[in-house]
Amino acid sequence: MNRILHTIGAVSIAAGLAIVVVSARSQQPPPASEQPPVPPQQPGEIGTVITADGGAQTRIAVPDFIALSNDAETDRVAKTIAQVLFDDLNFEHDYALIPRDTYATIPSAKTFEDVPLARWRELGADAVVVGTVQKTAAGILVQVRLFDARRPDQRQQAFGKEYSGSAANPRSYGHAISDEIHLVQRNLHGVARTKIAFASDRDGERVGGTIESRNVKEIYISDYDGANQRRVTTGRSLNIQPNWSPDAKSIAYTSYRNRDGLPNIFISHIYQGLLDQFPKAPEQTFQPSWSPDGTRIAFWSTRDGNPEIYVANRDGTNVRRLTNNGGIDQSPTWSPNGTQIAFISDRTGTPQVWVMGTDGLGLRKVTSESYADRPTWSPAPYNEIAYTARTGPGFDIKVIELASGQIRQFTFGEGTNESPAWAPNGRHLAFTSTRSGKVQVFVIDRAGKNLKQITNVGNNEKPDWSK
Amino acid sequence: MLMRSAARRAAPLVLTVLAIAVAACGKKTPPVARAVPPPSTTAAGSPAVTPRVPPPPEAVPDPAVVPPEPVREDSIASASLDDLNRNSPIKPVFFEYDSSEITSEGKGILDANAAALKKYPSWTITIEGHSDERGTAEYNLALGERRAVAARAYLVSLGIPGERLRTVSYGKEFPFDPGHDDAAWSKNRRAHFVITAK
Repeated sequence: MNRILHTIGAVSIAAGLAIVVVSARSQQPPPASEQPPVPPQQPGEIGTVITADGGAQTRIAVPDFIALSNDAETDRVAKTIAQVLFDDLNFEHDYALIPRDTYATIPSAKTFEDVPLARWRELGADAVVVGTVQKTAAGILVQVRLFDARRPDQRQQAFGKEYSGSAANPRSYGHAISDEIHLVQRNLHGVARTKIAFASDRDGERVGGTIESRNVKEIYISDYDGANQRRVTTGRSLNIQPNWSPDAKSIAYTSYRNRDGLPNIFISHIYQGLLDQFPKAPEQTFQPSWSPDGTRIAFWSTRDGNPEIYVANRDGTNVRRLTNNGGIDQSPTWSPNGTQIAFISDRTGTPQVWVMGTDGLGLRKVTSESYADRPTWSPAPYNEIAYTARTGPGFDIKVIELASGQIRQFTFGEGTNESPAWAPNGRHLAFTSTRSGKVQVFVIDRAGKNLKQITNVGNNEKPDWSK
Repeated sequence: MLMRSAARRAAPLVLTVLAIAVAACGKKTPPVARAVPPPSTTAAGSPAVTPRVPPPPEAVPDPAVVPPEPVREDSIASASLDDLNRNSPIKPVFFEYDSSEITSEGKGILDANAAALKKYPSWTITIEGHSDERGTAEYNLALGERRAVAARAYLVSLGIPGERLRTVSYGKEFPFDPGHDDAAWSKNRRAHFVITAK
């Protein structure tokens, strides 16, 4: 049984990602195909990390990739990869991207050898990403080079990779290249290949078994930039509070799909088409949160008569209760090293963020808002908790730095704002806002700038960002 | 152990988890009791200990030419669950903002609900706790639960057995009134009663 499931899973994942890195090649021209493959790129071999002079942000250009096959699809794929790569690199704010509408005067290269580096340097580029796209029997072959434009005559390459796979999702090549460049050049774990899960009522499907007019909510996923939104559950009931497993292959969530109507935790293994459920309790179980190592899930439940925090193994066995008081305890989130849990408790009268050890000891109150909800602990190296705070008639997103207690506010009464979720590298937050009408998912950077709406249809709630 | 209900598709992108009725989920659900048929001496479904003597043929009773005048109780007893819930004798109870305290008006409604539940002792009820949209999603789930639990506790104090009363919180999901004003909010802060078996 396990073997069969494993095989199916592997096939599905490969199909989903549509990219295989076939080789990593050294940076030395020419011709790349004669170079022996160098599996992981070694910084020492590359020898070039492109930075701007004088500590300024490195300026980088991403012209359309070169279509080596002469057809409309290859042309379209080449343009899409470059645009997506540009947007991905821009997203992390680690490079200064030279706007693509300023490239018109620079002659298009036909090969890596005739990239006019001197012209790119004139435009102010420190680096240029150049790629080629070629049709193959199996799909496409994408090659990419990062040229150092600071000394155009040396034609130095700082990065060279080759990818092959399906032409069905050209965006995924742009994402893979962006993550690779960020990692190799900046030692930065980019999020271009991450996804955001959320609950949506966009289908307008009715809940069965009720006389009231009630729309289902199902779990959806999208690329981090809002592209490729698709449904991953068919619970035909309320399916809410999605939470990614650390390996980003499974989503735990709260579903009311059982016939007894009691909400319970379900786990969808989205690339395998498999569905697990926690052992059924005689009471309600809500809001799963995976531990950073993926072995445990924290949640809250009324199984002992009052909302309390619990931790179980990832299959729902070995349940341990962590809180014990007459107030409401809910919304657990793990610290990055898995030793502490932040949660919401109203034991002092109003809901506030609290922190405790995973043994339930070491309790301390973290916030003093009029009302706080849904804490989410940042990844390292930041040590911050984002949460929802009542600031007026509505709510706003705040972040508290735990060591100093310093609080930053990210939204300021534009509609009501809830449910923050960190990007896995801590450089962005996803959250929901009603500022454009219905409830939609937005993304904002950790400086509180560059707000972007990533959903548009129906109400979209409770985002969670994959690792 | 996990209950694993599996489905897989041959299509290359297996992204949709098929809805599968969970095998064991009917276990806790009380069977839906049908209205008892007209009295008959037939021992339908008699247990195995009954000697397997074929019963003598019975006289089929003539259908009553004039059915007895239906009294109100009978029409309720014979209604389907959906019909019952559409015009339910168990009325919702409303709450103040950010409160799960039963108001004096709420107590009056619950007193009447308790009377109805005593009249139909076979009924089981799910008490749904709801909030208005002004709180946050997660905390409202707990607040909705508190409202359902408060209504349940009051009914239990009036002698309704707790086993007949299940609580489920929906938080701010499924508002009764989709509006965004005081009138709508006051209708949405409620404990709503659903008859699940009769």
